[in-house]
Amino acid sequence: MDWLIEFPAMDTDRLTALKKTIDLGFRNFTRANGDMFETALYPVQWFMYRVEQLLTSSPWPLVILAFAVIAWLASRSPKITFGVIITLLLIGYFDMWEDTMKTIAMTVVATILAIIVGIPIGILMGRSNKIQAVLNPILDVMQTMPSFVYLIPVVMLLGIGRVPGLIAVMVYAIPPIIRLTNLGIRLVDKDVLEAADAFGSSNWQRLKNVQMPLALPTIMAGVNQTIMMALAMVVVASMIGVQGLGLPVLKAISNQYFTLGIFNGLAIVGIAIIFDRTSQAYGKRLQKHLEVVHG
Amino acid sequence: MVEQSEEIGISVRNLYKIFGPNPEAYIDAVKGGMSKTELNDKHNHVLGLKDINIDMPGGGIQVVMGLSGSGKSTLIRHINRLIDPTIGEVIVGDDDVVKMNENELREFRRHKTAMVFQKFALLPHRTVLENAVYGLEIQGLPREEQEKQARRWITRVGLDGFEDNFPNQLSGGMQQRVGLARALTNDAPILLMDEAFSALDPLIRMDMQTVLLDLQKEIRKTVVFITHDLDEALRLGDRIAILRDGEVVQQGTKQEIVLHPADEYISSFVREVNRGRVISVDMVVKPLSGEPQGMAVKSGTVLEVAAKKMTDSNTSMAHVTDASGKPVGALDIHDVISAMVTPVDHEDAAA
Repeated sequence: MDWLIEFPAMDTDRLTALKKTIDLGFRNFTRANGDMFETALYPVQWFMYRVEQLLTSSPWPLVILAFAVIAWLASRSPKITFGVIITLLLIGYFDMWEDTMKTIAMTVVATILAIIVGIPIGILMGRSNKIQAVLNPILDVMQTMPSFVYLIPVVMLLGIGRVPGLIAVMVYAIPPIIRLTNLGIRLVDKDVLEAADAFGSSNWQRLKNVQMPLALPTIMAGVNQTIMMALAMVVVASMIGVQGLGLPVLKAISNQYFTLGIFNGLAIVGIAIIFDRTSQAYGKRLQKHLEVVHG
Repeated sequence: MVEQSEEIGISVRNLYKIFGPNPEAYIDAVKGGMSKTELNDKHNHVLGLKDINIDMPGGGIQVVMGLSGSGKSTLIRHINRLIDPTIGEVIVGDDDVVKMNENELREFRRHKTAMVFQKFALLPHRTVLENAVYGLEIQGLPREEQEKQARRWITRVGLDGFEDNFPNQLSGGMQQRVGLARALTNDAPILLMDEAFSALDPLIRMDMQTVLLDLQKEIRKTVVFITHDLDEALRLGDRIAILRDGEVVQQGTKQEIVLHPADEYISSFVREVNRGRVISVDMVVKPLSGEPQGMAVKSGTVLEVAAKKMTDSNTSMAHVTDASGKPVGALDIHDVISAMVTPVDHEDAAA
C-alpha cells in the first residue's frame, strides 16, 4: 500500500532529465539572444541612468522643490504638498537621501514603462473577448507567482544589475494597469458609445474621444496599483543588484540590524504614501465633472 | 409642402430582423408565417421586426409608435444601421443603407443623419459646447466653424449661458436640449429621435415638443420620432406608424388613425384621445349647397378651434375655405360637436 501514502511521482531520473532539458534549452536561448536583448534594452538603460543621475546629483533643495511642485500640480492640495516636503526632509535627515532617490528613480521608470506597455495591451483586451480570454489566465499567473521567481529568468537572460532589476520590477507591476485599462474600457456606458457611433466616429475617434477619457479614472486606479507593486518589488529586486532602499533592508535581514531595517522600511512607506496620495488625488481631479450634480 | 433639395425621404422595404445566433436560418419560416412565440419557444430566436414597409416622406415628421417590446427602437436603429437587418432594404434618398460598406456607412452617419437618444447619451466629461460640436469635430471641420454652428443651436434650444457647464450640472430637460443641439449642429437632413422626450417630466416634455415643432417649421428635416405615447405621436406626427410585436399594424395620418383605427388594439388607444384637437374640419365638411353661409373657417382647422369660433360668434353654420380663401364646403356645428364627442369603437369605425 506504499503508493497510497507516497504519491507515485515521476521517477527522479526522468524528472531531473526534464528539468535539465528545459534549463539547457533556456540557457542556450539566453546565450544566443542575451546580447540582442541587452542591445535592445539600451535605450531603457540610458533613460534609467539619466533619471537616476538627475535625482542623485541635483542639489537636494531643488529636488524637494520639484517634488513639491509636481505634488501640487497633481493634487492641488496643500496638505499633500506639505506632506511630501516633510517626508523628504525626514528621509534626508536620517541619511537615506541617496538610496531613496535611487528607489524613486527605479519606481518612476518602471511605472512609465509599465504604462507604455500596459495601456495598449489593456485597450486591445478591452476591445476583444478573445484577447481577454487569452490574457486573463496569464495575468492571474503573473499576479500569484512568487515575486522571487521573476528574478530567475531575468538574471539568466540579462545578468545582474539595474536594467534586469528594472525589467523584473516592470513585469511584476504591469498586471494592474492592464487589468484596469481593460475594465475601464469595458465599463464605458453603452449608450454613449452608441451615440459616438451614430455620429460616425471612426474606431480611433471612438477610442480617443469616448473610451479613453471615460476609462481614465479607472486607468488611474491601475497606475496607482502599479506604483505600489513596483515599490514592493524594488526591495525584492535588490537581490539581483538593484541599488536603493532595498539593499540596506537586505543587509539588515542577513545581519539582524533591526533599526537599519525599520528606518529603510519606513522610508519606503514614506515614498509609497507620497506616490499613493498624489496619484489618487490626481485621479479624483480627473472626475471633477462628475462631482457637481444637478440637485 | 414645397419639396426642397435637401429633403430626403426614407423608405423601409420588406425589413426583417431576427435576433439570435443563426437568424438567416429562420427567415423563410418566419416569412411562411411562423409566429414570434413559436420562434422564441422552439428555436430560441427573437423576432424583432417582421415585414416592415414604411415610406417616410422628406421634410416631415414620421412618428413610429408602439409599446415597449414592439420593436420601435430596433426599427429606428436600422435607419443609420446601428443594427443590421436580417434581410430587407432601407432606402435613404437614392442609397440603400443596408448595402453600404464600413466607410460609406461612416460618411452616411456623419453627413446624412443625426440622432437624439432617450437617455441623452451625452459625453459626461465634456461641456455643453464641447458636446454640441461633437458631430462636426468628427467630420474634421475647423474649430471656429464648429463652435459657431454649435453656439447658434445652443442659443436656439434655449441653453444660452450654459455653454461651459457639464451635463451632470443640468436637469434632464436641459440635458436633452443639449442632445438636441448636438444633433442639430450636425446639420444632417435626417433627424432620428429615439424616445427623445420619454425620460422627461410631462410639462417639460410638452415644452420640448413645442421646441421641436417650432424648429421643424424652419429646418424642415426628415424627422423620425419614436414614442410610446399616443398623445405625443398625435401632436408631432405628420404621419404615424403603429408597431406591435414587430409588425406595423397601421400607418397613416393622425386623422386616419383616430377616425379609422385598424383593429381593436388601436381603437383601445385612440378611445382616450382628445378628438377635438386631432380631427380637422375637413373630416366633417359637407358639400356646398348654394351660397356659403356664416363665417369662414380655414381648411385644416381642428374641431375644437372651429367649435369655439362658431359658438363665440353664435352661429350654427359656417363654411370651410381652402388656402386661397375659396369656399370649399359647408360646416354644421352639430356635425362638429358630434365628431368631437363620439367615442370610437372598432365596430363603428369599420361600419
